[in-house]
Amino acid sequence: MSSNDRPLSPHLQIYRWQWTMALSILHRATGIGLAAGTLLLVGWLLAMSEGPERYAAYQGILDHWFGRLLLFGWTWALFYHLCNGIRHLIWDTGRGFELNIAAASGYIVGGASIVLTVIAWVASYSNMGAT
Amino acid sequence: MSLQSPLGRVRGLGSAKNGTHHWWIQRVTAVALLPLTLWFAVAMIKMTGSSHGVAIAWVRSPFNAIMLLLLIIATFHHMQLGLQVVIEDYIHSEGAKLVLILAQKLASFALAIAAGFAVLKIAFGG
Repeated sequence: MSSNDRPLSPHLQIYRWQWTMALSILHRATGIGLAAGTLLLVGWLLAMSEGPERYAAYQGILDHWFGRLLLFGWTWALFYHLCNGIRHLIWDTGRGFELNIAAASGYIVGGASIVLTVIAWVASYSNMGAT
Repeated sequence: MSLQSPLGRVRGLGSAKNGTHHWWIQRVTAVALLPLTLWFAVAMIKMTGSSHGVAIAWVRSPFNAIMLLLLIIATFHHMQLGLQVVIEDYIHSEGAKLVLILAQKLASFALAIAAGFAVLKIAFGG
């Protein structure tokens, strides 16, 4: 009998799917997404440092519908990871572990991430119109 | 009965000889990133669609340049700590794990330097 064939914790397949599990996995998924998204930030700064032509070319890429979609996804991932990160920091103080509170804070985080994303994009578009 | 020596227990470093260092620095960078990220998000909203000249002038302001450098350091430090945990959790072959963690840490460091260099170059008028 090989000990290597034993199933490893946490046996994801035996749990009933719950909202809080999705939030937990999303924290990790958005973290990975944001890591890839840092390329946008580095690209933006490098393009800016290389002069107006490079900068305009870079803006052109982000102006494409796919560029905007990436940026939109990145905005939501940023706000989600930020809000859920605050939730994690509160947990680190030993508070908020009661089942109903953990579920409620999850709904707050999900809602806040969407609201903040919409606010950011509406404000960005109205700024673009103003200049 | 604990087999740990009293000295080992008081040092609190465990078998990895690292104690809670990784966990703690992840929290330190997370707390730093709360105001830095919000500042950056507001700045990006204000700068949407602005020209190269406006963007350059924004980075040249000492406050913005310092905040950008702080954001870059906190972001990439937090990122390499987080990616390390993801790799440790899902990659079970010792060789692949080591290679991926190394590659990830070096790439994070290189990206941080590239971003910081760009900010300094702009700030010092290069």
